[in-house]
Amino acid sequence: MSKTPLHFTLNGRAFDLEVEPRRTLIDVIRDDCGFTGTHAGCEHGVCGACTIIVNGETVRSCLMFGFQAEGATIRTVESLSQGGPLHPLQEAFVEHHALQCGFCTPGFLMLAVGLLEENPDMDEAAMRDALSSNLCRCTGYENILKAVKDGAQRMKASHD
Amino acid sequence: MKPAPFTLHRPATLAQATALLHDLADEDARLIAGGQSLAPMMAFRLARPGHLIDLNGVGELAHLCESGGMIEIGALIRHVDIARRAIPGVTGALLRAVLPHIAHHPIRTRGTFCGSLAHADPASEWCLTAATLDATLVAHSASGRREIAARDYFEGAMATALRADEVLSSVRLPQLPEGARFAFHEFSRRSGDFAIAAALVIFELRDGLIAQARIGIGGAEDRPRRISEAEAVLNGRKPSPELFVEAGAAVAAALCPMEDISTSAAYRRELAATLTERALEEAAR
Ligand SMILES: Cc1cc2nc3c(=O)[nH]c(=O)nc-3n(C[C@H](O)[C@H](O)[C@H](O)COP(=O)(O)OP(=O)(O)OC[C@H]3O[C@@H](n4cnc5c(N)ncnc54)[C@H](O)[C@@H]3O)c2cc1C
Ligand code: FES
Ligand code: FES
Repeated sequence: MSKTPLHFTLNGRAFDLEVEPRRTLIDVIRDDCGFTGTHAGCEHGVCGACTIIVNGETVRSCLMFGFQAEGATIRTVESLSQGGPLHPLQEAFVEHHALQCGFCTPGFLMLAVGLLEENPDMDEAAMRDALSSNLCRCTGYENILKAVKDGAQRMKASHD
Repeated sequence: MKPAPFTLHRPATLAQATALLHDLADEDARLIAGGQSLAPMMAFRLARPGHLIDLNGVGELAHLCESGGMIEIGALIRHVDIARRAIPGVTGALLRAVLPHIAHHPIRTRGTFCGSLAHADPASEWCLTAATLDATLVAHSASGRREIAARDYFEGAMATALRADEVLSSVRLPQLPEGARFAFHEFSRRSGDFAIAAALVIFELRDGLIAQARIGIGGAEDRPRRISEAEAVLNGRKPSPELFVEAGAAVAAALCPMEDISTSAAYRRELAATLTERALEEAAR
């Protein structure tokens, strides 16, 4: 199958690839770039496990083709701590038991980071609505909501 | 599953896009805009286009403007742009009220207004909006440009008057008069799901009486449409809870709803009536 050139920046690193057009962005990120933190759940847009940030916008990486990320700046869950101290939202997830098996966690983290960077003052109703985007089969959501509420405060504090 | 292989085309102009559609007419070419409906269909292999024509590089389709009492929404305007681009007037406010009901934020960042109309899901909120406002759809092909009235555009579930060689380049919505009232209500089992039924109501009050009523119902039948029988009930009368029940009953009587595994026609009919009543109550407030 013929391939198409693809260049983007992923978690601060420049990638220069050749990919089959039919490959989704999540597959390119996991298989070609080796960043396996982003999880593929349903691969048709309903679960949100694959949520990442492309050019500052939260997107479902299973609903983008790799070729559509030409020139983009991409952030996945690996960008949050980069081996150093945890991101304030990750700390909040740990403290509030917002994960059990952890399969959905990278998607929830990137969803919440993207939304809080855009609107640090989200109220609880807006958070509930936003979090309904992603599925978790373990936690029952209440702890995720608590973690995001607390994480929002921690993110603000870390900016002051 | 993974999408099947295809040949990729990346036009930079509308003329290149329509030329590609013309040249590839016999080779199953598909346009992709936001990809939020097409990518899932390709993952399921419900769609296996031989050629994919990506509209995202066609900068001239990213326009959103108001002129001559019409708001024109180009093919690359994403759902999120509807809130971000400060569309003026009552029509702008109406679009912002409908927007949060569509999918979820990470889908709205990519999906497009025109893509929703091209896809034509019976429960699409933008399809209902276009039908209720009597939108004009602008289509381009290698042989020229034509306008299609919303009432002639929707032909059934995921079936439209758009030809395979046409790009839906923009949709034009009339600006509603200052003071026009509106409300949108839908019901779905989970947040972000497609609605089982939805009602969009718009009217003006002149000397305390309802005028220019528009009642649009989506999700119930195979395509969204205005229900003229219910509009006739409202026009010239004073808003009251009893009148709204009467209008809801007229909606129920006029509908011929779809049935599926989980939802009977009778349930959809009752739901449409209730949503109409609720929307009218809210608009009258
Ligand atoms: C989990 C999930 C939930 C969703 N919930 C809702 C919802 O509640 N309400 C709702 O309305 N939608 C919903 N959607 C669909 C979403 O709104 C899509 O964005 C929209 O239906 C299609 O727009 P698109 O730009 O993504 O089109 P694409 O997926 O790119 O294309 C869809 C179809 O339209 C054609 N097409 C696209 N643009 C054009 C054009 N300009 N001219 C001609 N043909 C064109 C394509 O060839 C394709 O056949 C949901 C999607 C997902 C994944
Ligand atoms: S894997 Fe992308 S939404 Fe489920
Ligand atoms: S922690 Fe297991 S799916 Fe969310």
